[in-house]
Amino acid sequence: MIWFTLLLVVLVLAALWASMTTTLLRATLGLALASALLSVVMFSMGATLAAVLELSVCAGLISVVLVSVASLTRPRSIQEEIASRRSRLRRIWPLPLVLIAAGVALSFVHAPVDIVLHLPKGDGDVRTLLWSMRQLDLFGQILILLAGALGVLVLFRKEAKDGD
Amino acid sequence: MSALLLLVPFVAVVLLYLLPKRARAAGLWIAFGILALEAAAAVLDRFATIDVGLLAPLEKLLGFHLTTDGLSGLLILCTGLVGMAALLVARRTLESVNERFLFANLVLVAVVGINGIAMVRDLFSLYIFVEVTAVATFILIAAGRGDHVFEGAWKYIFLSVVASVLMLTSLGFFLLSTDGITLDAARTGLAANAPLAWIAMALFLCGLFVKGAMVPFHGWLADAYTAAPAPVSVFMAGIVTKASGIFALLRIAQSTLGGATPGREILLVVGAVTIVVGAFLALTQTNFKRMLAYSSISQMGYIVLALGGDLHLGILAAGLHFFNHAISKSQLFANAAAIERQLGTLDMDEMGGLGARMPVTAGTTAVASLSIAGLPPLAGFWSKLLIVLALWNAKEYAFAAVAILASLVTLAYFLSLQRKVFFGKPVDKWSGAREASAGLLVPAVALALITIALGVGFPFALRILLGGGA
Repeated sequence: MIWFTLLLVVLVLAALWASMTTTLLRATLGLALASALLSVVMFSMGATLAAVLELSVCAGLISVVLVSVASLTRPRSIQEEIASRRSRLRRIWPLPLVLIAAGVALSFVHAPVDIVLHLPKGDGDVRTLLWSMRQLDLFGQILILLAGALGVLVLFRKEAKDGD
Repeated sequence: MSALLLLVPFVAVVLLYLLPKRARAAGLWIAFGILALEAAAAVLDRFATIDVGLLAPLEKLLGFHLTTDGLSGLLILCTGLVGMAALLVARRTLESVNERFLFANLVLVAVVGINGIAMVRDLFSLYIFVEVTAVATFILIAAGRGDHVFEGAWKYIFLSVVASVLMLTSLGFFLLSTDGITLDAARTGLAANAPLAWIAMALFLCGLFVKGAMVPFHGWLADAYTAAPAPVSVFMAGIVTKASGIFALLRIAQSTLGGATPGREILLVVGAVTIVVGAFLALTQTNFKRMLAYSSISQMGYIVLALGGDLHLGILAAGLHFFNHAISKSQLFANAAAIERQLGTLDMDEMGGLGARMPVTAGTTAVASLSIAGLPPLAGFWSKLLIVLALWNAKEYAFAAVAILASLVTLAYFLSLQRKVFFGKPVDKWSGAREASAGLLVPAVALALITIALGVGFPFALRILLGGGA
């Protein structure tokens, strides 16, 4: 239980770091760490496939994409960095306080935990769920990827044209 | 037929990329043809002349759970008509073949999303197709030029993400409190008065209020509509916002809320506040497109207000106003494109006397404006009358009064628009302005004729449009 609590605390801290840091690279690392810790939480709760997907997609693929994008951006000067840090701190300094307040408030709530999650009909296997019961949603996700690819074509081409 | 409405535009997007570069000009016309077929399919389906039995094996193979009814037919018809108008405007206003080609592709992707919204009966699938539409629309807005475009696109995607978080949280609560996330399961959970189910529904409605730009979540819409390139404004104002926010509300009101008191009251209050705030904000605008944007907010408030009235009549009225507003507002944005192309500005304070130079544009603008304001015998009169009747039947007299009084404000800002832009002494600065080209007049005139025809032939048209919707 202590290890589990510690894990959750580190997860929240990593997410907070990702939100508050001023460099894209550090923010990406914070996100990857939070995602990896979330995978551990999922794994320890028995959601193996969800943990694998979280680890491979968010901690893996998304982080790689973000790091690649960060490497394409112009590095900021020290002055810009300091100005950005000050402006960012001014805007989001209440975030850690809100998180702490919410954590304290939740620790006083003793809600009856009698919620039963209704599993969808079928054999309970996530693969069956995805490939045999939610084909329409998979089709929708393919479309989102297609739209994203078209977005890259439209926006990057425009960027190149503007650059010329 | 249902699966084809998703597959045909999707396959077309993929196949269009196989076209040789020199043949890409045809991409816009291929998209136009697909949307024409879609509109025709929606109308023919009302006459039950499409044999869906032939396609049953395909639908079984794909495993898509889709259902069509009068409401979905209405959205599909609007999508076809507005999409065709947007493509015609794109043909005249986008500079290069490549821009037009990419626009046509993105419209087709958004159309798949909208068709999905029309036909799903599951809250998660609804969320997925709302997202498909949002991603395609974000790219369409961002494809414009200038800092204001970035601001408009950023506001749109940022608030879309907020809406997504609300909807996903809601789905989690539905899974915890009801027997699944279909519309039927949600209805059963709400009927059992499960508190968590009501919290889930409130969150989902908030997500849809953001997508539908209901007050107080309306901040993004004026910037997005104004910043977007002309054909994108036509498409967004005509169908995108309505499909991803308002149609989903319509579907939930019809299939899930079923006239339950808390849901009805939320819709009444949000609808009335949106009508009034949107109308008064429109009254203060000097930019043509910005005034139309605030007018859209106000008119979408009417649709939501109707859903809080008598259940059956309210859905009928909301559906009809949905159609009328989709047609008239996309027509007004097409006219805005025509004016911007001639003058290079949309600042109404700089305009005047354009009616003499652009008589057709002035005439079609008057038809759409007066219809939206609810003047007989145009189509908007009938939908507003039905909205008031739906509220009256539900004994919501105060809200009926708000609907009538706000119509006067609508008339005021549209008369102000006509006076500033088309009436008065012609401004010397615009002596070189001429009537818009045929390419821009065709969609405006066609949509104006639909507004007139629907108004004059109302009883017959209503049976076609909403035969199974109420």
